[in-house]
Amino acid sequence: MPIIESVDHLTEYRRQVRARRDPNQLQVLVCGGPGCLPLGSEPLAEAFQAEMAAKGLEGKVLLKTTGCHGLCSHGVRVLIRPKEITYQKVTPEDVPEIVETTLINQGLVERLLYQDPHSQAPCPHKGDIPFYQSQNPLVLRKLDIIDPESLDDYLAFGGYRTLRKILFQMTPEQVIEAVEKSGLRGRGGGGFASGRKWRLCRNAPGDVKFVICNGDEGDPGAFMDRAIMEGDPHAVIEGMIVGAYAIGALRGYIYVRHEYPLAVKRLQKALEQVREFGFLGTKILRSNFSFDIKISQGAGAFVCGEETALIASIEGKIGEPMPRPPYPVQAGLFGLPTVINNVETLANVPEIINMGPEWFAAMGTDNSKGTKVFSLVGAVNNTGLVEVPMGTTLRQIIFDLGGGIIDNRDFKAVQTGGPSGGCIPSQFLDLPVDYDSLQQVGSIMGSGGMIVMDSHNCMVDVARYFISFLMEESCGKCTPCREGLKQLLAILGDITNGQGEESQLALMEELCRTMAAASLCGLGQSAANPVLSTLKYFREEYEKHIRDKKCPALVCRQLLTFTIDPNECTSCLACVRECPVGAISGPKKEPQVIDQEICIKCGLCRDACQFEAVVVE
Amino acid sequence: MDLERLEGILGRFDGLPADLIPVLQEIQDSYNYLPKEELNIVAQRLNVPLSQIYSVATFFKMFSLLPKGKHVCRVCVGTTCHLKGGQRLAESVGHRLGVDIGYTTKDMNFTLETVGCLGSCAQAPVMMIDDTYFARVTVDKVPKIIKQYQK
Repeated sequence: MPIIESVDHLTEYRRQVRARRDPNQLQVLVCGGPGCLPLGSEPLAEAFQAEMAAKGLEGKVLLKTTGCHGLCSHGVRVLIRPKEITYQKVTPEDVPEIVETTLINQGLVERLLYQDPHSQAPCPHKGDIPFYQSQNPLVLRKLDIIDPESLDDYLAFGGYRTLRKILFQMTPEQVIEAVEKSGLRGRGGGGFASGRKWRLCRNAPGDVKFVICNGDEGDPGAFMDRAIMEGDPHAVIEGMIVGAYAIGALRGYIYVRHEYPLAVKRLQKALEQVREFGFLGTKILRSNFSFDIKISQGAGAFVCGEETALIASIEGKIGEPMPRPPYPVQAGLFGLPTVINNVETLANVPEIINMGPEWFAAMGTDNSKGTKVFSLVGAVNNTGLVEVPMGTTLRQIIFDLGGGIIDNRDFKAVQTGGPSGGCIPSQFLDLPVDYDSLQQVGSIMGSGGMIVMDSHNCMVDVARYFISFLMEESCGKCTPCREGLKQLLAILGDITNGQGEESQLALMEELCRTMAAASLCGLGQSAANPVLSTLKYFREEYEKHIRDKKCPALVCRQLLTFTIDPNECTSCLACVRECPVGAISGPKKEPQVIDQEICIKCGLCRDACQFEAVVVE
Repeated sequence: MDLERLEGILGRFDGLPADLIPVLQEIQDSYNYLPKEELNIVAQRLNVPLSQIYSVATFFKMFSLLPKGKHVCRVCVGTTCHLKGGQRLAESVGHRLGVDIGYTTKDMNFTLETVGCLGSCAQAPVMMIDDTYFARVTVDKVPKIIKQYQK
């Protein structure tokens, strides 16, 4: 028998969980999100545990490792509730002071507080920090509070409330209507209306249908789906249950990249919990609805984020896309009607059902409703995850939330949409961001990666990077994509090596048009965007590479010269040890010299030098 | 051939062609590569031609037909890491280990790979050794990190 047998039992259980909780409970919440984890969340949480035990606080202060707190650049972050005090860049060495000053004596450790960059005023509470002030978190709202491995935590925050509503108060038709009315569109890139997708699948003939959660977040620079799967796995599962009920699916799959081992572990644990509680299985909570979910792990192929390739991969085949139509809603997994929704899309669903579609549709722009999570990274001061209403401008995101460009350099471009997206220049900073506006300026929403670039980034190199990424990831099935990318890369290679010719720019544009028109799937059709958008907005940079053989951003190696400034060189020989070709030499205790004949311009000497003695021109 | 080990893996599945990728993933995790003799048995048991197994094994990046090293070092070359020197980092690690990207050291201790994105973009450049992440890895930090994994 499941632990929870009926919806009334669920309500009673939730009441008990809440009754056991003291709203004034002192809590230490250590961020274990994708940004803080590599900075040392685990040793930090261990240090808190040990110190709290030593000070006799065990049982008095609750310690949790949570999902992403958002402001990754200032990690590892610690949130202390109920006062919502936030500390930044916390290391295990800071723990005794935090325990003594804040947990025992209710004071503040000033040096660990965020400082407003303009007023220099310390911001003790989460709500004081500009980064959080302009956000409107729906999907991310629980990430810094709940323990992702605790179903009780999720239930205490109203989790699985949709079960009573959908299973006993709504028909599948009404669920679909609600999602249609909300205006929710796919958060994975395409932006297709989610309610309409569900309706098409429900109307497709056949008794066996599937719902798949696409967690194959492959766009480099995007990590919101990872943060959601790791930090709030039950929200994704609850969204899938609603979707399955709406379309009439018996079976669901969560397809996760194998590069995200923690997401797999958290989802597995969450699935075990909900099966034990009876939210998955046969006749869920004594309704007539049965549904279960299986995890399918990706094996390392970007193209599997494309829905038909993803389906092929679950079927045990290589991830080659299929021509559409038929669309997966008609003939998907094993040839049967299948809905594929992105992680963030599904995580939005429970609140749409709970709060009503009108509530959701009140946020956003005319054709893009609700909020969007962006991973704001690159050359901004505050990097991390942000969630803002659709229609927020790029300037607000990059300058108000992001705190502007590092070292007060000039903004050059923001890359959105991953390898299928484009680079947006400064004249569009006041563009309200939604699906349609980004498309109008030659980019796409994609999954929400936002990579900010400044004067130190070369746009030709960025285009070459994306084309090289896509060539590597193209499945090779159709000719325009496979061969087109190869030729584009060859041309971009010529240009960045100083062997480009002006006629090649027109040739690239022609290649791009052919690929967009003739490729089989989205990967090839959109592969030209990084080239087209940089050619459109940064043509003069291409021309400088071709005519003057110069890379203004000092990135394209073959166009650079590395020398050592004898006045700055301290003869520490760090560069000599790092040079892979032995190009650096000189007498002992005297400035070193780079032999230009041998130098391969790899730049490792510049990275190794602590005294900025390596000069690049 | 270690038949018992292979049976232990195959026994957890229904023996359907759709089980191919998860079966190969478990073999890869357990053996550190996909041994040829084992693949012959997988072909029979899942009723999948060996040619399809070969195509799957060479299509997806996580599979390897040759044994990988004891430690797998994955340097992220996602967009943000690329802008912050991920490629140079990969080259520096390769230089320190004496191995090219995609290859395994002679002592079978390290395999060096690059990866599209590890999803820790805010801490670029990032690398991962086995299941441990390393944040903001500048070239000068490489020797110390590698040392922890050297025999």
